[in-house]
Amino acid sequence: MSTTSRISLTLGPVLYNWPTDHWVDFYARIADEAPVDRVCVGEVVCSKRQTFRDDVMFRVAERLALGGKEVVYSTLALPTAKREVDAIRELVEANYLIEANDITAVHLLNGRPHIIGPFLNVYNEATLALHRSLGATRVCLPPELSLEAIRILAAGNDAVEVLAFGRAPLALSARCYHARVHAVHKDACQFVCENDADGLDVLTMDGKPFLSVNGIQTLGYVVTAATRQIGDLADAGVASLRLSPQSCDMIRVAKIFRNLADAHITEEEATEALAVVALPGPLSDGYLRGLPGVRHFDEVD
Amino acid sequence: MNQATRRPELICPAGTPAGLRTAVDAGAHAVYCGFRDETNARNFPGLNFDRKELRDGIAYAHEHDVKVLVALNTFMRAGAIDLWKRGIDDAVEAGADALILADIALIAHTRQAYPKQRLHLSVQAAAATPEAIAFYRDRFGIARIVLPRVLTVEEIARLAAAAAPCETEVFVFGGLCVMAEGRCLLSSYATGKSPNMTGVCSPPSHVDYREENGDLIASVGGFVVERFEKGDPAGYPTLCKGRYRANGSLSHLFEDPVSLNAVDLLQNLANVGVTAFKIEGRQRGRAYVATAVQAFRRAVDAMAAGEKIDVAELRALTEGQRDTTGAYKKAWR
Amino acid sequence: MRGHLPPVIAKVASILPLLPLELVARHLIANAMAARPSFASRLAEHAGRTFAIDPVDCPFVFLLVPSEGRASVRVVRDLSDAPHDARIAAPLIVLLGMIDGTYDGDALFFSRDLSIDGDTAAVLALRNAIENAELDPSLVLGLPRRVRGPFNGAAGFVLGNLRRALDAPEESGPGRKALIA
Repeated sequence: MSTTSRISLTLGPVLYNWPTDHWVDFYARIADEAPVDRVCVGEVVCSKRQTFRDDVMFRVAERLALGGKEVVYSTLALPTAKREVDAIRELVEANYLIEANDITAVHLLNGRPHIIGPFLNVYNEATLALHRSLGATRVCLPPELSLEAIRILAAGNDAVEVLAFGRAPLALSARCYHARVHAVHKDACQFVCENDADGLDVLTMDGKPFLSVNGIQTLGYVVTAATRQIGDLADAGVASLRLSPQSCDMIRVAKIFRNLADAHITEEEATEALAVVALPGPLSDGYLRGLPGVRHFDEVD
Repeated sequence: MNQATRRPELICPAGTPAGLRTAVDAGAHAVYCGFRDETNARNFPGLNFDRKELRDGIAYAHEHDVKVLVALNTFMRAGAIDLWKRGIDDAVEAGADALILADIALIAHTRQAYPKQRLHLSVQAAAATPEAIAFYRDRFGIARIVLPRVLTVEEIARLAAAAAPCETEVFVFGGLCVMAEGRCLLSSYATGKSPNMTGVCSPPSHVDYREENGDLIASVGGFVVERFEKGDPAGYPTLCKGRYRANGSLSHLFEDPVSLNAVDLLQNLANVGVTAFKIEGRQRGRAYVATAVQAFRRAVDAMAAGEKIDVAELRALTEGQRDTTGAYKKAWR
Repeated sequence: MRGHLPPVIAKVASILPLLPLELVARHLIANAMAARPSFASRLAEHAGRTFAIDPVDCPFVFLLVPSEGRASVRVVRDLSDAPHDARIAAPLIVLLGMIDGTYDGDALFFSRDLSIDGDTAAVLALRNAIENAELDPSLVLGLPRRVRGPFNGAAGFVLGNLRRALDAPEESGPGRKALIA
């Protein structure tokens, strides 16, 4: 039961507030060296950060295109203000390939081909089909879905993408947690989120690492890694894997997943190779195994 | 008719048949409830209605001129879509005045199968822009949108105006979600069960209480969420309401254990065109429901008669004895 | 401690045999279950679990196992030899108040007049089933319908005085409140 089509790799949007120079350099290296098929650019979490990207985003997109990568413009996951909606509308009207992370974008796209990001709720085959009928050519599934559910969703189509690497995004709020932790108001935040390239770690009262925060976003502490489910995902007909950038060497991570997907290395070799990359937390595949998302590789329930 | 001068409807929680009768008797204009399974987002043990109880509840409510809204507001599980479709069929057959839905495919199916059925959009669909509302209103004929709790009054005003003729419903009292509803995976991260997939948050099956030196320690999925010191009131360890360590200090990082109480903003909300006020609390007892419903009914009637609202009694019901106006006033962010 | 019976009562009770108490409890529970046939189905998978109802100011504990249409009740001196799935503990008058609708279980838990341990989901199922059951003293005593109103009024009066004498928590239930339409 093996698939003949090659599983592709998507580099998800950078979720964290990396300084602009670093952000530009990151994408330059990705353009030149990363074996990924498509790259998402754009601000998904906080529109205040968008001002830093505006000047450089199209330059970065050009560089990526020159490097042979398909460029996807990711849009805000929780737009509320009019200017945030207008920014999405501008991208739609310019005919770029958009990743919709809120129904607002789907409405503005009005049937044009687009990508659905992991922030829209696609939990079953009927909803997947509906989004495809509305123009979605690729759908990145919510991180909490198990392999069992993914099999049902990916059957009979080539549109499904699964988060295969990175801290899983878990929630979004109107409140900024970086501002709250640093005792400043969201409107005068001084961009303290820039201090935490992988998010700010959150521990329980008794010192157990649990979550991380990134502005208005809450993510897991553990790092999702689907190295042990690659075969199953390929067999299920999953079309692409999403690698969500952390501050570690993402070129290396992309190469590990490319080699694994091509069966040039084994799942054990891939896991070992990942283990020496500088990750912000232990490797986890809880969600894929149908367990709590926090479960590490070797933990059973 | 000028929407701003119409008296808002009071939408009240019915967690059980007895709870439904309590809410009806206490003055609800409408009650909302769900079936005893994962098709709704309050899928707690011992709560909710079987098919017969729903039919009887609707009969009781209708006798008293009260509407019944049935929530099937979770996201259908892959391979199990029939469970939700049967829920739709049975709720319609039982005479539900409206169905509260969140899953796009379920909305599309219901609109096609029951063209005349009134549909409301659940807060779980997180529609927070005029464009998102237009999507549901124009494509599926949604008649009312329950607005997310992460909005300010100004934002609500804009949305109420843009949504017309679709109506808007706003939470005014009860447990507050700090995360965008319908898009929160905190619970499944810690326990494997989530509002979207199973209809529960911080599920009791994974809650553990332990006494230590007079303190009460509450954990979810093995993670300590709160420690109630000796003499302090206890609470349910909802994940986002706990205390955590970040950047070297311990605090209620996501939200203080307060409940929403927007009673001071009722007049504002009515003035900006909000059609209905919703009280959260299907999992709360009949005492809570009766007191909250009576007090808010008095408030809504007073508003309609141009009188002052008196709500001191509501303070006592809120968990941890503290309340908030939530995101409605911008200072919360 | 608030709501607790004076210790002398516990001392006296500890020398009394348990069987009469168990027979009375069985009778009361049987009346309640007969009046509320849907109780066990509401419990769903939690029916058949053993609930230890522990009046902390009395030298005995009730072990309740609800099942289809009925419930078994045993009374033991303590839980050392009695396996159970969940334990609900509070002064006796508080437990009685939960059954007759005077108290809201949530409020009691928040104010720490009541504590639970063991299977939290089972306790929540039981709490929701009791909430829905709308029990009152006359129902539990199996009294004919026509005397229920006056009886409940009288029982409420007596229990209310007892609560005040024991400094028990204030009422929080809708049972005694007149609802304004």
